[in-house]
Amino acid sequence: MSMRIELDEPKCVAAGQCVMVAPDVFDQRDEDGVAIVLDAEPGPEQEDEVREAAAVCPAAAIKLVER
Amino acid sequence: MKEAVVVGASAAGLAAAETLRRQGYAGKLTLIGEELAAPYDRPPLSKQILASQWEPDRLVLRTEIELAALDLDLRLGVGATGLDLAGRTVALADGTRVPYDGLVIATGVRPRRLPGQGAHVMRTVDDALALRKRLGPGRRLVVVGAGFLGAESAAVARGLGCDVVLLEPAPVPLAHAVGTQVGQVFAEVHREHGVDLRTGVAVSAVTESGVRLADGTLVEADEVLVAVGSIPNTAWLDGSGLTVADGVVCDEFSAAAPDVYAAGDVARWHNPRFGETMRVEHRTNAAEQGMAAARNLLHPGEGKPFDPIPYFWSDQYDMKIQAYGYLRGHDSVEIVDGALADRRFVAAYSRAGRLVGVLAVGMPPKAIRAWRVALTKEER
Ligand SMILES: Cc1cc2nc3c(=O)[nH]c(=O)nc-3n(C[C@H](O)[C@H](O)[C@H](O)COP(=O)(O)OP(=O)(O)OC[C@H]3O[C@@H](n4cnc5c(N)ncnc54)[C@H](O)[C@@H]3O)c2cc1C
Ligand code: SF4
Repeated sequence: MSMRIELDEPKCVAAGQCVMVAPDVFDQRDEDGVAIVLDAEPGPEQEDEVREAAAVCPAAAIKLVER
Repeated sequence: MKEAVVVGASAAGLAAAETLRRQGYAGKLTLIGEELAAPYDRPPLSKQILASQWEPDRLVLRTEIELAALDLDLRLGVGATGLDLAGRTVALADGTRVPYDGLVIATGVRPRRLPGQGAHVMRTVDDALALRKRLGPGRRLVVVGAGFLGAESAAVARGLGCDVVLLEPAPVPLAHAVGTQVGQVFAEVHREHGVDLRTGVAVSAVTESGVRLADGTLVEADEVLVAVGSIPNTAWLDGSGLTVADGVVCDEFSAAAPDVYAAGDVARWHNPRFGETMRVEHRTNAAEQGMAAARNLLHPGEGKPFDPIPYFWSDQYDMKIQAYGYLRGHDSVEIVDGALADRRFVAAYSRAGRLVGVLAVGMPPKAIRAWRVALTKEER
């Protein structure tokens, strides 16, 4: 199984919860705080963190496509 | 555990159900929700939905496929009416009883109302759609209560061209939460945008033509929105033996009784980080506490205290407000970055010399993150 991250940018409320949970995978733009995906296909060692980030995102803006 | 039941199918309940599955729970999982709609998100109701920027289909928290993958017995449109702790069953409005050996209570809150008929409230997607149908250029909206919900709605209504009167009993809006200085800034921003903000004004009732103030004055309106706080949905727990005191009272693990947990807006729990019992109506807390409740339900012996730093955001006009921590208990406020006059600042809140919260307006994430980290490091 591998995982791909899709970010629904207009939904993102710039909470930054994703960055706190998975700092290697997410960052935020300086101008408006909207999330940036640093690594859209994270390795298996990061998948738990990324699932946690998607679950805590208050805007349900992080979609995970698992294949 | 073989029969897990989650009551309340919104942010907290959904997070609990998902976490149970993610942690490998393979037994029966029943999710009970009073609303007919599949779990949806509330913060956009007073923002993009009220502004007609989004339609309700954007609010769904999970797709049908994602819900199906959770293998739920999903009972929507039916409320829980009672809890039998000894017999371990939840009674439903349709007369059925659902047995459980693990229970998560996530029934949220409902809006407090005022005497009189015909006012809008803002909690459900229907509430938001009902109000938005009535807004438009030249329409006169009276908003009762200048908390975050009232303030956001007032801002959106101004954007739609309404005449907006915002009535607030306190001398400065939100002062109890954010302090006087910062509350003043919010007040100024509303006035600059043409909102008729009147403070120190108590409303006694909603009338056919508007609202009546405590001193008898009438304030006329085409529409009235009452945003004066909320009441935890705990009536169904009356007589159950659970302790209810403005929320379901829980310990630091979010447990209300053995194998019974509460999460989200309805839960009042002991947050060891702040040494205080709190109930927070914040979107991220709902998800995080739902997750924590599910974990502790599955692994009771090795439970982890739920000790988050509460987080809240609010959008008003082009102002993005973000708050971390527990600001309510503060005894001093200091502007530590930016300037109030620029509407770009970080305010640090402390109590007895300890940092307890941070509020930022218009600051880049990196400037805020340092303060978030400082909050996590603060010793209690
Ligand atoms: C308009 C609006 C704007 C907001 N904006 C923000 C914001 O900008 N930032 C922020 O951090 N937070 C915001 N919030 C708060 C946030 O939405 C809540 O904290 C969050 O929805 C709480 O989730 P919950 O699952 O605990 O409760 P709720 O979302 O209230 O869900 C509880 C569910 O339980 C159901 N229920 C109730 N009683 C029963 C029963 N007896 N049986 C079965 N089901 C029952 C209810 O119908 C409801 O669906 C906003 C809230 C609103 C209403
Ligand atoms: S947690 Fe969600 S809303 Fe917050 S920055 Fe990340 S993607 Fe955006």
